[in-house]
Amino acid sequence: MLEEKNRWEEKPVEVAFNSITKRFPPDILANNQVSFEVKKGTVHALLGENGAGKTTLMNILYGLLLPDEGEIIIRGKPTKISSPREAINLGIGMVHQHFKLIPTHTVSENIVLGLTSTPFFFPAEKAEFEIKSLSEKYGLKIDPRARVWQLSAGEKQKVEILKALYRRANILILDEPTSVLTPQEAEELFATLRAMKEEGKTCIFITHKLNEVKEIADVVTVMRKGKVVSTTLSSQVSLEELARMTVGKEVISVVPRKITSDKTILQLQEVSAMGDRDFPALLNISLTVRKGEIVGVAGIAGNGQKELAEVIVGLRPVTKGHIFLEDREITNLLPRDIASSGVAYIPEDRHLGLVGEMSVAENLLLRGYSQPPFSQGFWVDWEKAEAYSEKLISNYQISPPLSDIPVRILSGGNRQRVVIARELERKPKLVIASNPTAGLDVSGVEAIHKLLIKAQEEGAGILLISGDLDELLKLSNRIVIMFRGEIVGEKEKEHWTEEDRREIGLRMGGVKR
Amino acid sequence: MDRRKFTRFHIEVSVQPSLASVIFFSLLAIILAFACGGIIFLFYHISPWVGYQTFFQGALGSWYAFSETLKRTIPLLLVGEGLALAFRAQVLNIGAEGQILLGAVAATWVALFSGLPPFLLLPVMFLLGFLSGAGWALIPAFLKTRFAVNEVLSTLMLNYVASNLVLYLIGGPWKGKGVRGFTYTDTFPEAAWLKTMGITRVPYFTLLVGIVIAVGGYFFLKKSALGFELRVVGSSPETAKLLGINEEKIVFLAMLLSGGLSGFAGVGEVAGIHHLLRHPDHISLGYGYTAIIVAWLARANPLATILTSFLFGALLSGGDALRVSLGIPFQVVSVFNGLILFFLISTEHLSRYRIIWGDTKVVENYDS
Repeated sequence: MLEEKNRWEEKPVEVAFNSITKRFPPDILANNQVSFEVKKGTVHALLGENGAGKTTLMNILYGLLLPDEGEIIIRGKPTKISSPREAINLGIGMVHQHFKLIPTHTVSENIVLGLTSTPFFFPAEKAEFEIKSLSEKYGLKIDPRARVWQLSAGEKQKVEILKALYRRANILILDEPTSVLTPQEAEELFATLRAMKEEGKTCIFITHKLNEVKEIADVVTVMRKGKVVSTTLSSQVSLEELARMTVGKEVISVVPRKITSDKTILQLQEVSAMGDRDFPALLNISLTVRKGEIVGVAGIAGNGQKELAEVIVGLRPVTKGHIFLEDREITNLLPRDIASSGVAYIPEDRHLGLVGEMSVAENLLLRGYSQPPFSQGFWVDWEKAEAYSEKLISNYQISPPLSDIPVRILSGGNRQRVVIARELERKPKLVIASNPTAGLDVSGVEAIHKLLIKAQEEGAGILLISGDLDELLKLSNRIVIMFRGEIVGEKEKEHWTEEDRREIGLRMGGVKR
Repeated sequence: MDRRKFTRFHIEVSVQPSLASVIFFSLLAIILAFACGGIIFLFYHISPWVGYQTFFQGALGSWYAFSETLKRTIPLLLVGEGLALAFRAQVLNIGAEGQILLGAVAATWVALFSGLPPFLLLPVMFLLGFLSGAGWALIPAFLKTRFAVNEVLSTLMLNYVASNLVLYLIGGPWKGKGVRGFTYTDTFPEAAWLKTMGITRVPYFTLLVGIVIAVGGYFFLKKSALGFELRVVGSSPETAKLLGINEEKIVFLAMLLSGGLSGFAGVGEVAGIHHLLRHPDHISLGYGYTAIIVAWLARANPLATILTSFLFGALLSGGDALRVSLGIPFQVVSVFNGLILFFLISTEHLSRYRIIWGDTKVVENYDS
């Protein structure tokens, strides 16, 4: 162990982050005095929850953002990187979460695109030889003449890596590379990373999956809320410790309310569904939500939570299994019928729940415009609608308190209040809330939590899907944990403890007990 | 997040352009287009001053000029307000030109070959004209909803089909008996002629219908449940899906209204002005394309199409005057149209900006 630590310390420093601070006005501190070193020829994992500041830091390294304070030192030299081109010239390559390839062009065309050395005529053919040798060397099997649109996500990622290698990258940044991969593809990726390491190249690997850290990384830096928690050799840290460091240990303020009724509101029986990439996203999910109960769904983004919400509200077809609302089966009904039978939906993507161009009053009326009292048929009674929206604006404290301004000029928190006001005002039996507080400031989060608790007090069953474990522990009567489309754990508690947090954190990372 | 910083002045980016700035920049675009258009006069060795004088005389300089402008306003208004409704739903109907022709064809059939009693001719012509234009537009609506065919392409292609259909009819089965070498149909019976205002060539029926529909369309969009759905589909199809709004229904409605009104306008042209079916270029006169600009300039607001269609009506009749008095080809007017559209699109973004001189301040746009 000590020997390994010494070996690591002897290696030269490739990149050093020196007190990097980055703010996003008005009040988000994405990176707060971030300092750590990345050694040459290592795989360095950057671990943390959503919003911990990992991607911001890497965007700074890749020249997409400039730090407000602090400096980046590359191979001993303080360097100001103000564009990706400069980063590329410094030997830095980045594979983004969302690939930046041109679908109608071939693999080799994409690889040589934008290089000054690329000849004007037949740009791709000249490069093919080198691309082939690179792909053999690093185990990135791909046909250079294939068109990018024909490729799977895993193959596209290989093209992105080849693109960086072709540009002589010595430092490769991978932003959550395994989130789009099947387990087999992930294995291939790890083999490539090991081959790169042998060549003395450095990889910075953004992830929030604990087991990946242990599997591939030499060193791990854990970030939480914009700060570095620790930088250690991954062999010298246990999964439990990593989980604790990522999620932190804030005091849980609200004790979830006791459930007073045993009446089942929502029941899922062995529900399966496909994801967007023709890949099973939900596998035999069974789940119940009782009256007046908040059921939290914990899990790392991309493990089927989005699809779970979508099958319940009718936006995604169920391929197997049944969904019941009270005693009525609602499997594969139209979204409108499901909504009108008493299901409220607070979608994760606020663009989905609102029409930005339309006024606050119109957005508040999106559910009720065609029914009494607002409409008796053809015309909408806008005077009634106006009065109704004035009432909701004051009840839900939407600011500024104007009903005729377009909703897109409101702040994120107030836009979310508009969605919640519209959905909860219908007195739903069931509320599906998908990351309802994502991106909101502290007061916004508090306000949304109060509204959810109020709906619970009024007897609604609530399915709260959240990537923020603190939020789930604060509000949930029961928590289910999702991993790769399955429910891998379930816990019911009156008081959540530190022990629970650690256990749930581990299961979210795919570690079984 | 948008941030701009300058030393002597700063630029404010407002998320909602004010009405005043929209009008200001629309006028600016028109003025700039005329300034550029002046260069064209120089190519014909005509002073731009004389050119524009002739132009404005021809558009608005006399009662006759005014009536000619109105005559051209009517089809632009009818087609433009239909397109405004369609554009609100993000249904990009570029096929009004063909839909006008289909309306004209239907009207011609009724007038010449249906054998209906005289008092029924005009009502049936308008009804069938509306339905034919609408039916022509429903083909791309069907293709779009069923096979996801881009409606820009399908509506545009159908224009050529419609044009050739008219050419076939006037040169073949419907060729007039007394016209010898020319290709057009016989003249309609007088019962199928639309009454015009006094001695002018302005049919007041279509003018009235145009204005009523502009007002009705405005209230339909703003106050009705269906109009509300149409706007939701147009601004956010994903939200519409979530709410369970039937997007296909909206696409069909938008095509039906815009196609139908274009067909209606086509009836107005043959029944009010030509009194026969002739070469497609002389019936539609590019109204179907100009109306796209009419709707665009009106920001897809049906009420505002009254103003914008009048503006383009004036532009077209002014162009007539240029051709007759100064011998400048009529196509030059199309160049003006193009210039106006070009400047409109390029100044559209500017209407959100406001320059404020003096203190330095950073203004943030919360629309991220």
